[in-house]
Amino acid sequence: MKSNDHSANRRNFLKSTFTLGAAALATGSGVVLAHNNESGATTKTEKIKVLTTEGKVIEIERPVDNCKINPCAPPIGNDARQGIPGRSFVMVIDLARCKNARKCIEGCQEGHNLRPDQEWLKVYLMKDNPASEPYWFPRQCFHCDNPPCVKVCPVGATFKRQDNLVLVDDNRCIGCKFCVVACPYSVRIFNWEEPPKSDVSLEEYSPEVSLPAQVGTVSKCDFCADRSREGKLPYCASSCPMGAMYFGDRNEDAVSNGTETVRFTQLVKDRAGYRYREELGTKPNVWYLPPVNKMFDYESGLGDLSEEKQKVYDDIRYNTNGKHK
Amino acid sequence: MNTIDISIKNFANSLEKPSNRWYAMVFLLAIVALFGMYALVRQFLDGQIITGMRDNAVWGIYTANFVFFMGLSYAGALISCAGQLLRIKWIKPLMRMAELLTVSSLIVGAPFILFCLGRLDRIHFLFLHGRIQSPITWDVIAISTDLVFCIAFLYFTHIRDFAKLRDYPDLKVANWRKKMYKILALGYKGTDEQKKYLHQAHDIMAAIIIPTAIIAYSLLSLLFSMSLRPGWHSTIFSPYFVVTAGYSGLALLVVIMWIYRKNRKLEAYITNLHFNYLAFGLVLLSFIYAYFTFSEYLTDWYNQTKTFNMLLDKFFDFNQYAGLSVFHIVFAFIVPVIVLGFPWLRTINNVTLVSLFIVIALWVKRYLIVVPTLETPYIPIQDVRSDFVHYSVSWVEWALSFSGIAVMILIFTVASKIAPIIPVSEVEDAQNLEKPMILFKTKGD
Repeated sequence: MKSNDHSANRRNFLKSTFTLGAAALATGSGVVLAHNNESGATTKTEKIKVLTTEGKVIEIERPVDNCKINPCAPPIGNDARQGIPGRSFVMVIDLARCKNARKCIEGCQEGHNLRPDQEWLKVYLMKDNPASEPYWFPRQCFHCDNPPCVKVCPVGATFKRQDNLVLVDDNRCIGCKFCVVACPYSVRIFNWEEPPKSDVSLEEYSPEVSLPAQVGTVSKCDFCADRSREGKLPYCASSCPMGAMYFGDRNEDAVSNGTETVRFTQLVKDRAGYRYREELGTKPNVWYLPPVNKMFDYESGLGDLSEEKQKVYDDIRYNTNGKHK
Repeated sequence: MNTIDISIKNFANSLEKPSNRWYAMVFLLAIVALFGMYALVRQFLDGQIITGMRDNAVWGIYTANFVFFMGLSYAGALISCAGQLLRIKWIKPLMRMAELLTVSSLIVGAPFILFCLGRLDRIHFLFLHGRIQSPITWDVIAISTDLVFCIAFLYFTHIRDFAKLRDYPDLKVANWRKKMYKILALGYKGTDEQKKYLHQAHDIMAAIIIPTAIIAYSLLSLLFSMSLRPGWHSTIFSPYFVVTAGYSGLALLVVIMWIYRKNRKLEAYITNLHFNYLAFGLVLLSFIYAYFTFSEYLTDWYNQTKTFNMLLDKFFDFNQYAGLSVFHIVFAFIVPVIVLGFPWLRTINNVTLVSLFIVIALWVKRYLIVVPTLETPYIPIQDVRSDFVHYSVSWVEWALSFSGIAVMILIFTVASKIAPIIPVSEVEDAQNLEKPMILFKTKGD
């Protein structure tokens, strides 16, 4: 019975991601797709053909159900600590495709009502050794299986769920910032001042949605679990014009970037996927595909940046490879 | 030690009607303390945006102060309890100052970790939703235990002096204070039984406080060493913190001794010998401290790992932390060893001045532990906002820091008006003692 549920879930997931992919191809952009899907699709109906017991093919109408996971509404309070049963969310980021277009950052900021200076997702310019070329490195929360941030929280405001997510309950957070200190990936940010007003009221607050943000508390990437419930990709993955971010479920062994859905194990195996700073033992749930045969020169990612912002990367670009030192 | 005239009547004068200078001082300290309160209210209302803390350096001098004041408290506890347990005669006159140092720095230091909280209104969550896995919970438990024990010990050593004050007929103080002494003396009459029990209580408290203080301070270091960060994730941190704490507290005790000696004319009780002995302690600790500091950096430096080197470069860069590093090394090690090590330099004033600089240098050390490491995460900081890259202290943090110092002095000022700053009964005891007591008796004794 359980395995039946499981495969049904998986079919649903694959179907949804495939249709998402097809739609994205049709419209030519994942961003447009995300907005289309939000326009009250639950009231719509669709026509499907079924085979009756008499052997006739008839056409019936049924409501389009956007809800891929029950319950569709993000849980509130302590229910949010359980996680979605049977799920194991992972992400794979293809570094060969990233050109620092920063659409993922913008999508995330818009979706989570962040100020322009608040970035849950950052794109770093990295350079592994003096001989190799620099590459762009998008970094969001790794939702570790051994999360240092969860260990140190004195009030249990941040917690690990069975579906891999590490979330923050802003109603519980006392703002000691110990988790910010403990995270070796500098993922967490603090609401130093009153955050922008949100449409979501405090009563509706769910750690899955992370809205509304509260002053004096910690916030970070939430892997957009509420969007998963509707079968949508996280904001970052769906906004990436290069399709560099694959999001999916490890139990289903499927990840999708909106245009293609692939097997997680195969992708990581074939492309030598790795996890950032594996040696720290945090067991992240975000895999990186090495920046080999890059689709873009890293310098093309500097194009749209202000001169001031470009200077930030000078250390990586010049000094460490001995060009200027 | 020669017999000195110790009697409550020598101290009655210091407890009677305060001078105008005393009132002026209390007023001044209260203003500084209140300004700190104002800063705290502003921080509570406006959010922590008005502090210098930002992402990356999410902790600043609040944490440095917390570690610093806790450290001071540890040394006081160790000195007074060791003096009690080991029956060290010459320590007796210093015991009350050491205990007051312990309690006042605990009271001042503990709130500094709370100032770091973004949501002071949720402070009760620490108990309501407390998780034992978190080093912060360990600290909450250890520090509150330590505080209760230290206050109890401070009070126990006061009881006999309160009884003396109650029984001293010529004490010219207000009636309410006479009543207060009567209540606080708990009906102590000096019967053999009372003496025995009080003495046992002293010993038991002293024996409990030493390990409690060591545990509390070790746990404090885990706040840092449990985080995966270069410069923090070190196994040496607990003993290193304990040594640093003893060192800074001993130095501050010298400064306090000097102030009271000058101010209250206590030359008969706090003698050259005390400064000499403590100076010896300081030299010893400065060597141990240097040894720990050297071990810590050498181990990390030798292998030249990338992340630690990034941190080390900042300590050698005069645009960053080299100035503070040099100050720290000079005044926590080189100057103390030279000035306190040579007898012809070791005057009372010199010892005190050097001690003051040791205290400041060890505060700087705490700053160097907290801030540079936070500015050196594994993933390089790539941010255009300079305040997100480099920490700078805001007026709010300075105001609260100075108000902490003011409150500490205020506690001393008031406490030394309530009871004599030299523990009269303890010193009397020590004088009457023919030979030091043996702590662990063998069967034949």
